[in-house]
Amino acid sequence: MFAKRHVISMREFSREEIDSVLDLAESLEPYARGGGCDALSGKILALLFFEPSTRTRLSFETAMMRLGGKTLSLGPTEGSAMAKGESLADTIRVIGAYADALVIRHPKEGSARLASQFSPVPVLNAGDGAGHHPTQTLLDLYTIRKESRLEDLRIALVGDLKYGRTVHSLAYALALYGADITLVSPQTLEMPDRIKADLAGKGTMVRETHALEDVLGEVDVLYITRIQKERFPDPYEYQKVAKSYRIGAESLAGARDRLIIMHPLPRVDEIAPEVDETRHAVYFRQSFYGVPVRMALLKMLIGDRLE
Amino acid sequence: MNDGEMKLRVTPIGNGTVIDHIPAGQALNVLKILGIDRTTQATISLLMNVSSRRSGRKDIVKVEDRELKEEEVNKISLIAPGATINIIRDRRVVDKYTVDMPDLIVGVLRCPNPSCISNTNEPINSRFIVKSKNPVILRCVYCEQAIAENIADYLI
Repeated sequence: MFAKRHVISMREFSREEIDSVLDLAESLEPYARGGGCDALSGKILALLFFEPSTRTRLSFETAMMRLGGKTLSLGPTEGSAMAKGESLADTIRVIGAYADALVIRHPKEGSARLASQFSPVPVLNAGDGAGHHPTQTLLDLYTIRKESRLEDLRIALVGDLKYGRTVHSLAYALALYGADITLVSPQTLEMPDRIKADLAGKGTMVRETHALEDVLGEVDVLYITRIQKERFPDPYEYQKVAKSYRIGAESLAGARDRLIIMHPLPRVDEIAPEVDETRHAVYFRQSFYGVPVRMALLKMLIGDRLE
Repeated sequence: MNDGEMKLRVTPIGNGTVIDHIPAGQALNVLKILGIDRTTQATISLLMNVSSRRSGRKDIVKVEDRELKEEEVNKISLIAPGATINIIRDRRVVDKYTVDMPDLIVGVLRCPNPSCISNTNEPINSRFIVKSKNPVILRCVYCEQAIAENIADYLI
């Protein structure tokens, strides 16, 4: 079911392939929680982070270690050969010869695709600028499947739907499951028409609203994203918008009992700390699920290629 | 202009390639795509704004003593989708076809996304997948940015 050599973009995943990743992640979750296994013992994963990231890098590192493998990291770009003007293609060819797979995060869009063309080993995209971040989407899907359901799902995507390409990949993947998607964003941060057209092409019609309270009582999942200050020329306008999308305990009064709230983190003040203690909050578990999901991908890309 | 005047203006070539039915004004871009510039040794005739029964006005390019290969000439379909190619040997047309857009366009266009890795000094050619031929919609293989309009603006 999973014949990929690289993981670059969610566009390339079929529903069956996603399911096979989530199934394997499920079976690896006990090992992710502690103890680990030796499925990738003797294997090396290279982490090439040309941009700062804590969560994603540590999550990949944890995943590899829980599988019994080892990691090596490219230090800050300043100290590396890139600063001397070496091309990414050359860096990839060199490090690809040391490791069994590469994880790359790079500020340029399409950099992971380029890496996959030059790498002798599998490449996993951990974010290419404003481009893709497929492992985030897969862990989001895993979270939804574990904590809610992927079938007949009603989900609201909330916040910055214009620039947040993570939300675009997620919407695209949810379309494969026939989810009922409502987009909740300020007018200036609506999802671009080309993405909506893309979704419509997959048979998914989305609804749009500016008011969070319109949908709060109707959905199974609230997926909250950060609204970035720098998107607003006027700080007053930002304050107003940010406040209207803030989730507090009182805003959850009319919510469904089994509503779950997700957030890719880091959050700033989109979700009040008091929500953390409610049964709705799953964002910290969501973050943990990155480990079994990345374990599944590493096992599929590195381990299963051995046989 | 009648056919007689036309013949006075451009003599038929003995051997080579005639690219006909280029949209008026696109002949220079056709040469650009074909990589024909001042360094060429071939004799090139270039006609712009010739009257045409089919399209009102058109451009024509003649390249003497060189038979352009189908895959190289197909790239011009990006800006001249209805262009016809005539291969001439000993003053006779030995092959004639309409250009057909390839599925992949390599090294012809620059990606409009300034943050795309293909716009850096990496050792790669730009690559666009043809998502649709009519209307033309291309998608960058690297960053997935689409190009649908003003394609000539992105010629490298």
